[in-house]
Amino acid sequence: MSELTLAQSLNGALATALESDERVVLLGEDIGRTGGVFRITDGLRDKYGENRVFDTPVAESGIVGAALGMAIAGMRPVAELQFLGFSYPAYDQIINHVARIRNRSNHRFTAPLVIRVPFGGGIGAAEHHSESTEAIYAHIPGLKVVVPSTPSDARGLLLAAIEDPDPVLFLEPIRLYRAVKEDVPELYYTTEIGPLRVEREGNDITLVSWGAMMKETRAAASRLEESGASVEVLDVRTLSPIDADGIVRSATKTGRVVVVHEAPRTGGMGAEVAAIVQERALYSLTAPVRRVTGWDTVFPLKRSEGHYLPNADRIVRVAQQTLET
Amino acid sequence: MLTLISPDGTVPDRLPFTLEEMRRLYAEMVEARTYDHKCMAMQRQGRLATYAPFEGQEAAQIGAAAALRSDDWVAATYRDAALMWRAGYPWSLLVAGRTGDERGGQAPEGVNVLPPSITVGGHMIHAVGLAWAEALNGTGRVALTSFGDGATSEGDFHEAMNFAAVYNTPTVFLCQNNGFAISYPRAEQTRSQSIAMKADAYGMPGLLVDGNDVAAVLDVVGSAVGRARNGEGPTLIEAVTYRLGPHTTADDPGRYRDEDEAVGWRERDPLERVRLLLERAGGWSPEWQAELETRASDTIEEAVAMAEALPPPTAEEMLVRMYEQPTTLIEAQLGEIGQ
Repeated sequence: MSELTLAQSLNGALATALESDERVVLLGEDIGRTGGVFRITDGLRDKYGENRVFDTPVAESGIVGAALGMAIAGMRPVAELQFLGFSYPAYDQIINHVARIRNRSNHRFTAPLVIRVPFGGGIGAAEHHSESTEAIYAHIPGLKVVVPSTPSDARGLLLAAIEDPDPVLFLEPIRLYRAVKEDVPELYYTTEIGPLRVEREGNDITLVSWGAMMKETRAAASRLEESGASVEVLDVRTLSPIDADGIVRSATKTGRVVVVHEAPRTGGMGAEVAAIVQERALYSLTAPVRRVTGWDTVFPLKRSEGHYLPNADRIVRVAQQTLET
Repeated sequence: MLTLISPDGTVPDRLPFTLEEMRRLYAEMVEARTYDHKCMAMQRQGRLATYAPFEGQEAAQIGAAAALRSDDWVAATYRDAALMWRAGYPWSLLVAGRTGDERGGQAPEGVNVLPPSITVGGHMIHAVGLAWAEALNGTGRVALTSFGDGATSEGDFHEAMNFAAVYNTPTVFLCQNNGFAISYPRAEQTRSQSIAMKADAYGMPGLLVDGNDVAAVLDVVGSAVGRARNGEGPTLIEAVTYRLGPHTTADDPGRYRDEDEAVGWRERDPLERVRLLLERAGGWSPEWQAELETRASDTIEEAVAMAEALPPPTAEEMLVRMYEQPTTLIEAQLGEIGQ
């Protein structure tokens, strides 16, 4: 057990995977010599060699397409794309080939690969570096979409993603890479893809979130509890397949649900959560399901980030309206 | 451009294959053409979804696949049924795929042929990844990817060629330049004089071969496969050929090409030149031809019967095909379908 940041935990999980399964290879831009733009693969090429950790040309479609070929041939490639906003050149490979090869070949050929992508804002980066477009991937059948928000989940979910017989898009919240620390077991363990994590139990209201917004949601929950509310906090962790049963269970108990995500509101995963709740828990609700989200705009540059990103104040305000209903 | 057998069936230089090998290649091309004609007819009868015929390209496809080992990889296109079949994919599954049944995409165990990619050009990089994995694992397997001239305009062509060269993967790129990207002529698609010459810029050999000469294709692809297997890296081969039929059954080539051109290419028919060669060498007779055609027709009819005898797909199958184990969400939808 050692205290690790989310970034360190991911690095450790990749090392464990390279150590324990010789089919695992890593490929991506700048991941070898420099350890990647966020240093998540730091030291891995030195330790495991140039035939396990590959620097690639700047070609996202090529990276994902080549990883798919390797996966079909029986390897367990873990590809890194530098930012979610850089994943779109690979979108065709992801939705037309990675997510479909099992269906196209009626299970004969499969895509056990992981595509790791840092995502989300809050670091004042240039355009395309702060995207949170997880919904467009969660919409695609054949993929799994996973988002850890804690160091121990990061390890367990990444090892589970690498073991998974189907392709996993593994979204890493940039803002949390070094903002959270936790004791993480050093042994090999996996965290099941699918089930959400009840981070805090409560009876009056459910706050549902994932990724970097978990930090704001936690802060909001603490403030709401100080004012006397009993708050349940769910870390969804897996956006596809989303844990509908887990969300419904909590909604039925509290009768009030607020969804928090930093992606734009329209067509976001918050709409999916709201739909799940109204389909299966409508008669338990005492208030409408509300969404605290990014706005329907391009993710803004540094000086406007504060206008865009949901924060604890906004979450508390909307949660209080919901509690008063 | 390498030609070993002239359109009149003569061999100006030397043929590195035996009479028996040539008879076999000829028989395979006859079988492939029989399939192609059958599928065109079935589509007209409403028994197939859209069909993309390969008539005229039999030599490029049979010649290329004949150069492979039975465990090599093939990543090809919707027009490559002959190539896929020669690499081990059964006719019955090819027909099933064209009837609109995903079960047709399931190559038998041991046949390393991917189901065809329908989007243009996205599959070439898969052959790079497949070959890369085989090289890392030291299996000696190579991967051949087939695509048309149109696909070389896609950005994915560039990424696949570049990755293959950078990682020295045992990949053979076979471009069947059949003259058109649906309606857009090859000369307008690129200012490059040839597609083969593009290989130069990637640092791999690029070879031009007469795509209507099965012996030349087999010879050139054979040496590229050999190089790949020896760890000498990828090769781009441009097989110059011509699509005698339409792009698909939904296409009307009269709108974009001169029929005289097609007539000229019929005179360079890939089957006829081998027939002439065989006849001259005493390896062909009208009786043998009749026997080949009957046998091919029986084989294809049997394949069609197998494809059409597949029980109707169930609604559940389309959901169960998405993941190894149905997810909780798929389980819920299976429940809804079952109601």
